[in-house]
Amino acid sequence: MSTEARSTETRSTEFLKIEGLAKTYPGAAEPVFDSVNFGIARGEFVCIIGHSGCGKTTILNVLAGLESASSGHVFMGQREIAGPSLDRGVVFQGHALMPWLSVRKNIAFAVRSKWPQWSRAQVDEHVEKYVALVGLASAIDKKPSALSGGMKQRVGIARAFAIQPRMLLLDEPFGALDALTRGTIQDELLRICAETHQTVFMITHDVDEAILLADRILLMSNGPQARVAEVVKNTMSRDRQRANLHHDPQYYRIRNHLVDFLMARSKDLSHGRAPAQPLEVSPGLDSEPDAGPSGARPDTGLDGRAKIVPLRHVA
Amino acid sequence: MTKTLGFRAGLLSLLLLLLILGVWHLATLSGPAAAPVLNMTPEEIEYAKLLGKDPTGEGGGAAKSGFPGLGEMASVSWQHLAQPFYDNGPNDKGVGIQLGHSLGRVALGFVLAALVAIPLGFVIGMSPLIYRALDPFIQVLKPISPLAWMPLALYTIKDSHISGIFVIFICSIWPMLLNTAFGVASVRREWLNVAKTLEVSPLRKAFEVILPAAAPTILTGMRISMGIAWLVIVAAEMLVGGTGIGYFVWNEWNNLSLPNVIFAILLIGVVGMLLDLMFARLQKAVTYVD
Repeated sequence: MSTEARSTETRSTEFLKIEGLAKTYPGAAEPVFDSVNFGIARGEFVCIIGHSGCGKTTILNVLAGLESASSGHVFMGQREIAGPSLDRGVVFQGHALMPWLSVRKNIAFAVRSKWPQWSRAQVDEHVEKYVALVGLASAIDKKPSALSGGMKQRVGIARAFAIQPRMLLLDEPFGALDALTRGTIQDELLRICAETHQTVFMITHDVDEAILLADRILLMSNGPQARVAEVVKNTMSRDRQRANLHHDPQYYRIRNHLVDFLMARSKDLSHGRAPAQPLEVSPGLDSEPDAGPSGARPDTGLDGRAKIVPLRHVA
Repeated sequence: MTKTLGFRAGLLSLLLLLLILGVWHLATLSGPAAAPVLNMTPEEIEYAKLLGKDPTGEGGGAAKSGFPGLGEMASVSWQHLAQPFYDNGPNDKGVGIQLGHSLGRVALGFVLAALVAIPLGFVIGMSPLIYRALDPFIQVLKPISPLAWMPLALYTIKDSHISGIFVIFICSIWPMLLNTAFGVASVRREWLNVAKTLEVSPLRKAFEVILPAAAPTILTGMRISMGIAWLVIVAAEMLVGGTGIGYFVWNEWNNLSLPNVIFAILLIGVVGMLLDLMFARLQKAVTYVD
């Protein structure tokens, strides 16, 4: 089969490879998701979008080694993942900082886990470097309770980066933040990822966030039996910025494609009706965005409408 | 505003104290009950003396009413506080020495209980299997009055001093055990996940994640245990005898020396309060704001 050939061909170049992943919770008739197949290249930033209950967090937890899948395999650098590892840093949805430790000690806890043989001075130096990276040098000796939500999430990001993982997993890290703070931290994350060439897998509910950050966006169909139905390639230039993103004509094509999928097509693809091997599409390069297909998109016929409908209001 | 509130509360407390002392004073004033000695035959005087009412008037009004007045209380308290550590044999020791014995027993029993309860609570909190398996035992043993263990303890241990410590041990173990188990079981999943993804060793996880996370709950258990231990030690010492503040109370009751009994009661209250205050401080030190 052609798909078979494609997957074996791409495996050697792909850093992370997910094959036939499925999860059935005990007592459930149908799996939450099944036949989930996708890959992530080294240095690539991949976002996954889908409605609640399609198993995004479960997939991330499997990648983190915190949960086990019912079937399927995850390979990282040709090795199968089994259990958690310092190779994969996780930024949790609720920052998951330890409230009894200061920012410094929270990050030092992670650093000492990775390099137990380091001296106190070495740990301190390393911690200070990463706290400065997220711009929190002045708050380094504060307890998390004294920080705002955005600052806490920054500490969470610094903690994940500080162990210099080969892969970073982010579970909707900005979900609880206000729009302004979210924007600032997105910019920071973009800058740090560009500097470190970090491979990132991130869950988000925000279409704009995905377009800004991701090189490729995985679209999941609704559960039960959800799948990665489509892979949207972000064809915009990599030095895109939040400030000028919406001036790029590609932006609306991609955005409309994502919103269409989430609002109209994802429901119809539940119960395993999505293809097992996702199709890779590049809607940004679509030359005529207002042509034929828009007739099949009743919710977002106009660009102007799509502009003002963030996903969180829809979902 | 809070300062004035504190001030007003203090003032009210002071007024209440004065009121209580005033009532006490009025209630213990020598009443008109003192019958004139002249009208009584020697037999009647003898009879009155046997009833505890000395019609000849020796000892003043206080002795007549039986309940000590404020003046007498003050002088007795002063005697005790001036000389807390004298030792004139088994039945006449300073109140400081008696208190020291009680505190020593409580401390020893409490520390032993903590050494058992906290590690065991950790295990119970971590393992739902062990929790389920031990639960029936805990549920049956917990409501037993610690003093009910006394005969068994005296029979098996054959030493009244150690039996007292055992009773303190058995009464302080339950709140600490249950609170530790609860605290450990309810450590947030996300902190454990952080530890997991960082490949933290089980020992480091126990001491650097679970212990600080559960510390406020554990300290609450310790505080409750200490409160119960201090309640039980008085009763236990009344039973066992020999030394201790509980024995002192019972001994002074046998001497019919109510001022001493009242002084000891107040002392037990103050020491109990100080112990609780100490644990409140400790609790505050380990509590974190989330």
